Amino acid sequence: MVKVTIDGVEIEVEEGTTILNAARQAGGDIVPPAMCYYTGLEGSGGKCRSCLVEVAAGSERDPRPMPKLMASCRTEVQHGMVVKNKTSERVIDAREGVTEFLLINHPLDCPICDQAGECDLQDLSFKHGVEWSRFEEEKRTFAPRDIGDKIKLHMNRCIMCYRCVFVAQQLTNKRVHGVLNRGDRSEISTYIEQALDSDFIGNVIDVCPVGALTDKTFRFKSRVWFLKPMNAHRDCPTCQGIATVWMFGNEIYRVTGRKDKYSEIERHNGKTAWICDTCRFETKDVAKWVIEGPRIINRYSVISTNHYTNENPLDAKKDPKKLQ
Amino acid sequence: MGRKLLLEHINVPGIETFDVYRKHGGYSAVEKALKTMSPEDVVEEVKKSGLRGRGGAGFPTGLKWSFIAKPEGVERHLLCNADESEPGTFKDRYLMQYIPHLLIEGMIVSSYALGANLSYIYIRGEYMFVLDILEKAIAEAYEKGFLGKNILGSGYDLDLRVTPGAGAYICGEETALIESLEGKRGNPRIKPPFPAVKGLWGRPTVVNNVESIATVVPIINMGADEYGKIGTEQSHGTKLISACGNLERPGVYEIELGMTVEEFIYGDDWCRGIKNGKKLKALIPGGSSVPILPHYLITKTAKGEVRNMSYESLSDGGFATGSMLGSGGFIAFDEDQCIVRNTWNFARFYAHESCGQCSPCREGTGWMDKVLHRLEHGKGTLRDIDMLEKVNKRIEGNTICPLGDAAAWPVAAAIRHFREEFEWHVSNPEEAQKHNFGLSREVTFS
Amino acid sequence: MRVERKIVHKERPVLSEEAKVEIQKVIQNYPEGKKKSAILRTLFIVQREAGGWLSPDTMDMVAEILEIEPIEVYEVATFYTMFNLDPVGQYVLEFCHTGPCMLVGSDQIIKYTEEKLGIKMGETTPDGMFTLKEAECLGACGYGPMLQCGKYYHEHLTPEKVDELIEACRRGEVKTN
Repeated sequence: MVKVTIDGVEIEVEEGTTILNAARQAGGDIVPPAMCYYTGLEGSGGKCRSCLVEVAAGSERDPRPMPKLMASCRTEVQHGMVVKNKTSERVIDAREGVTEFLLINHPLDCPICDQAGECDLQDLSFKHGVEWSRFEEEKRTFAPRDIGDKIKLHMNRCIMCYRCVFVAQQLTNKRVHGVLNRGDRSEISTYIEQALDSDFIGNVIDVCPVGALTDKTFRFKSRVWFLKPMNAHRDCPTCQGIATVWMFGNEIYRVTGRKDKYSEIERHNGKTAWICDTCRFETKDVAKWVIEGPRIINRYSVISTNHYTNENPLDAKKDPKKLQ
Repeated sequence: MGRKLLLEHINVPGIETFDVYRKHGGYSAVEKALKTMSPEDVVEEVKKSGLRGRGGAGFPTGLKWSFIAKPEGVERHLLCNADESEPGTFKDRYLMQYIPHLLIEGMIVSSYALGANLSYIYIRGEYMFVLDILEKAIAEAYEKGFLGKNILGSGYDLDLRVTPGAGAYICGEETALIESLEGKRGNPRIKPPFPAVKGLWGRPTVVNNVESIATVVPIINMGADEYGKIGTEQSHGTKLISACGNLERPGVYEIELGMTVEEFIYGDDWCRGIKNGKKLKALIPGGSSVPILPHYLITKTAKGEVRNMSYESLSDGGFATGSMLGSGGFIAFDEDQCIVRNTWNFARFYAHESCGQCSPCREGTGWMDKVLHRLEHGKGTLRDIDMLEKVNKRIEGNTICPLGDAAAWPVAAAIRHFREEFEWHVSNPEEAQKHNFGLSREVTFS
Repeated sequence: MRVERKIVHKERPVLSEEAKVEIQKVIQNYPEGKKKSAILRTLFIVQREAGGWLSPDTMDMVAEILEIEPIEVYEVATFYTMFNLDPVGQYVLEFCHTGPCMLVGSDQIIKYTEEKLGIKMGETTPDGMFTLKEAECLGACGYGPMLQCGKYYHEHLTPEKVDELIEACRRGEVKTN
């Protein structure tokens, strides 16, 4: 076990734990945001830079500070490390910067986006963004691309977290989509017209932090905060069948994996409970599920406002910020 | 003229062939190292020489070598970074094109020092014609027993291959180079782990610039002590400088570190001043990513001392009034050049070359490109200039690899020293399309 | 904005025996099981064989040769600028337009060539002879303005030299490989 201090909170974690996961173990508001890191996906993280933290002391043995801000999702803790997250002005500024960068080319079409209400980018903007933009240029856009009848790709909203690529790589037997081009023209694409089709590919929807990949079987059916999330399970030959069903009255509108407060799929029976495409897209008959009861959506987001939660996300006090 | 260690025989006809190269003392460093020195001796010698990486960052080469992990039964690799793509830099191509055996000799000695049995030269795809030259030279070296199994009866085996890039500046970053060599997109890796521990195919790897590797040859031949006597206290040996821009005589020069900048620009043996008798307006001494210097900070530092061509003197004054030796891409601007246009040009370059992996670089470089494009074309506002500075700071240091810094520094430095010219572009948009601002006003430092 | 790509022709370019041998030799440059490393050089060979550009079919063929998924080839081919994803003319003239070349007049040379051939950068002449492209720094900063045609560099360009080069191309006298 190694001892690490994050924003003055001292915790002991197992060796090899990343700063981000150490902070998550401690919990509370010292946890840095993460837009691209995803625990269940090997190799993810390090890209969005929203989890940057200041390492004020590297370790007990070598207490020198690290000169650059470090990606907390990919930096392992050392014994005696001192980390500053929300207590570091450099971190706050960098995070505001990242938020701004992620938003400049984002279409800001939340009113017509299915992800609205449970969107990590919304949450990040709410905490670290400003109400207006100093970006006056034309926004970058991509040509629409059809990737099949179950999943909708809306590339303009993408923040290039690469999570969906890892899903295809690690959960399916054939990856047909990937990252094409480079720089600010990078896009998620299949290059040639091709449908994403494989037992577990629907999980790209669950891992997508924004509304770039959404469920076509749920598209425009309802706003997520009007639905009642229920824990449910079923016997499924393909996956563990442990899911959240989103209901309106007695009808299931959509099925997703069970996400925790960091919007990651929970682990059950020792492994991440990814659900299969049959459960997700084709099992919307209530009779096919065993409804366990209401699911607490315990995360910092709009979606929590009307539901079974004890955390009110809208109580954050924000100073009016000035950019210029 | 100073001493020439790398380019001494560059003008000898046929020096690109094994026989001529050998006749002029070539491959003696291989003989010396493999026959009389242990790999550790070679590492020690390079450490002692004070050689600093010639690719741009200036990290001590010997120290880098000493970091390589040596787990039992795992192969190690040496990769030569010949992805020279930094605007203003063309020294590595010159060296490889005209004296390829020098690099091969350096590769053999360096690979021996690191215990690598399979080494690669990763050359940028645009240099395909140089790749042909290198492969021809490598074939000769195999034939003469300097590559392959049991080199010179020493028991040391080495295979050397050349592998091309295909048009990506970012592959000059060592982990991006490794990714590219593995046949992937050139996305830099998140460090740690560093290549010295987990590099090519997960094996311990060292990546060195062409010139650094070539310089190992004279270091071994003359000994670290002798080599260390050349240059200044902190900058040892000689350095290839690729001089370009508005100079009377651009080209690749080998200089002894420590010669004055003034001599290099105006000396008869060197660049012979600014083309067409014009005045020098600005200088980028180390490739496009290092800060630009205005005319009054080129030959003298802010303190009024003579500025010379060395790591320490060029960076004297920090980023406020100094720059960096970088890769030695020496770009001179005459009085008729437009700094705003050039800054936009570089911003466009970095936006074009960003791999797109991390948000500050992907979005930030594209943003700067667009804003500078507006400024250059008379559609900017004064607010844009301040905003550029702020955007800049949010990219710098927050990215996965140094490309973010490389994109941010030139913009920051241009605004720092040439703000007046930027403002003039805003307030006189029509005039700015027709003629240039001219020299900037001298600032005195107390 | 790019148009949707479809596999339009199921006829893959037939590789010459020579090219096949060349590819096998390239694969030998990398250790056993590291075939993927040969991708860039293989793409160069295949692009050369397929008339200077890479169609989806051509890339699928590379995927087969290297035993990887087609998407892995698309990802790589779209990352590096030297691969043409659309058909190009017989001679591709790539002008360096980065800082150091700009300082010595690349803008004027580019404009001159565009006017001479009556096409813009990124376009191909109607006769399919020339494609003009802009390239970022090609590492010939001291010898600019310059362009790359095929494998080779043409440096210290002047309008007269551009004229000469274009004429020589038309006569089929310019070496590209």
